[in-house]
Amino acid sequence: MSAGPLPVSAGPGLMGSLKKYLRIFRVSLVERLAYRADFLLGTVLRFLPMVTSVLLWSAVYRGSGRDTIEGYTCREVIAYLLLVHVSRMFSSMPGLAAGIARDIRDGTVKRYLVQPLDLQAHLLAYRAAHKFAYILTSALPYAGLFFFMSSYFDWPAEPWIWAAWLTSLLLGFLMGFLMEFALGLLGFWFLEISSFLYLINTVSFFLSGHLMPLDLFGERMAMVLKELPFQYLAYFPASVILGRETPETVIKGLLVELGWCLAFFIAGRVALRMGLKRFSAFGG
Amino acid sequence: MEPVIEVSHLCRTYQVAQKKAGLLASIRGLWKAETRTVEAVRDVSFRIEPGEMVAFLGPNGAGKTTTLKMLAGLVYPTSGTARVLGFQPWERHDAFRRQFSLVMGQKNQLWWDLPAADSFELHREIYSLERARFDRTLAELVEMFGVDKLTRQPVRELSLGERMKMELIASLLHEPKVLLLDEPTIGLDVVAQSTIQRCLREYNQRKGATIILTSHYMRDVEALCSRVLMIVSGRLQYDGQLGGLLDRFGRIKLVRLQFEELVPEGLDRFGECKIIGPVAELRLEKNRVAQALSAVVDLPGLVDLSVQDPPLEDVVAMAFGSGAEKP
Repeated sequence: MSAGPLPVSAGPGLMGSLKKYLRIFRVSLVERLAYRADFLLGTVLRFLPMVTSVLLWSAVYRGSGRDTIEGYTCREVIAYLLLVHVSRMFSSMPGLAAGIARDIRDGTVKRYLVQPLDLQAHLLAYRAAHKFAYILTSALPYAGLFFFMSSYFDWPAEPWIWAAWLTSLLLGFLMGFLMEFALGLLGFWFLEISSFLYLINTVSFFLSGHLMPLDLFGERMAMVLKELPFQYLAYFPASVILGRETPETVIKGLLVELGWCLAFFIAGRVALRMGLKRFSAFGG
Repeated sequence: MEPVIEVSHLCRTYQVAQKKAGLLASIRGLWKAETRTVEAVRDVSFRIEPGEMVAFLGPNGAGKTTTLKMLAGLVYPTSGTARVLGFQPWERHDAFRRQFSLVMGQKNQLWWDLPAADSFELHREIYSLERARFDRTLAELVEMFGVDKLTRQPVRELSLGERMKMELIASLLHEPKVLLLDEPTIGLDVVAQSTIQRCLREYNQRKGATIILTSHYMRDVEALCSRVLMIVSGRLQYDGQLGGLLDRFGRIKLVRLQFEELVPEGLDRFGECKIIGPVAELRLEKNRVAQALSAVVDLPGLVDLSVQDPPLEDVVAMAFGSGAEKP
């Protein structure tokens, strides 16, 4: 038995911790909503490239004279490209890794050494709030877009597909966060990681299926790409809601995705521990 | 009483990268980085009792901030020990972190685009503070710093001084027993400076908190700290009363002479002489003052004469200089 609660050193406990990060979530949300106009403009601007892709892919199919390429009709490719935007709405983490690296370089990160606050949990709460605000404000324009282009979609009737889609989107958010977080911690070891991050982002654009369905890379290449974690950032959720996955592949996919989340979580914890140690050793 | 802070034989060395000029050297540096060892803190020992207000003095790069960072647990020492509130700071126990605050310049803990009040709320959660107690402390601090009307205004719209006050309020919300301040008044105007001084003094008296600060403003040090630790080139050169610095390093007196009209020539035979209109200021070694005075009293046209201690800034500069001579 412990000797009763200490007046100051008593920790907040699990519920208290949870409350702490929920509060951070709330404050972050308020901060984000201060930028409503920027949001709306950003969303509208994101629609412009979509128009180009629709025109481009229509031309590709017309030029090839085929109805399907690697099992995709033109209509399906266009639906896929729109759905990938929804995937990215959850999984993209603009500026997360670069921001962590900047905080390490200019010393702002010392706040997490001085205060009883965990860097990873804090940033997760902050990002979750950003995503929530972003999805909330762009829901209407997106609904408009999907209505406008409804001729491209055959929405599935099975509730399990919808549930799987939602799960894959939420896991996509988590994996995107954990992956970028771990990458950003490289800033503890390297002074400048922006070109490295640029490289990763560019590669991820292809490997995640943001550019086009992974199957279009050819059967062998697609097989390899589907073993990598990147596909969960864009391809996998879109493929689920397009009804291209069987219950078995959906369950396997979600489990593997969960495994990747765990792997990136552990990588992030270990790197954070080592990085903070190194930070303190090198002068804070 | 147990000391709040006990530091013994604390040392800290850094490896600093040495980059030679030129492209070839840079390319070679890709494989083999050359480093130089810098001894930032060398064998520093001191004890600080509860409720003391202590200033770290020293020229830039002398090791003040490194010492402060070790006390805050941001930096590991190379050797030696430190205990703050009974904890080894660099182990960073949550129980320790709930009892102290570090304010380092303007790198703020406040959210730029939100009113300070929101950041304060967040602090309440981070430190798991009781609602009633938090409200009371916050009200006290806001009144003390006189920022009543500003807490609902986005932080980015506040002036530098107002921001610093908010920063300090944030750092005091969890009622830390030890407060470490690195240059708390840097870049602020005289009014803001004196408000901050008054509030820190008040906080110290009300809560019996221990405060350690580094500052280049002697005004801060004079107003707040009776005890100073002077660190030069990583070594503790002086530990004692502020007044003691004058006795030890102030071997100079200022003799101020005012004349009716023009200052007569030839005063520089006594020592360094500065002339501003009808006033001459002589800087003399203490043991030569008596001799010089007997010679100047008979000078024609002398209306007033005074002997003063040099300004604290000058004494400190002299002390820094004397420390740097013996590495």
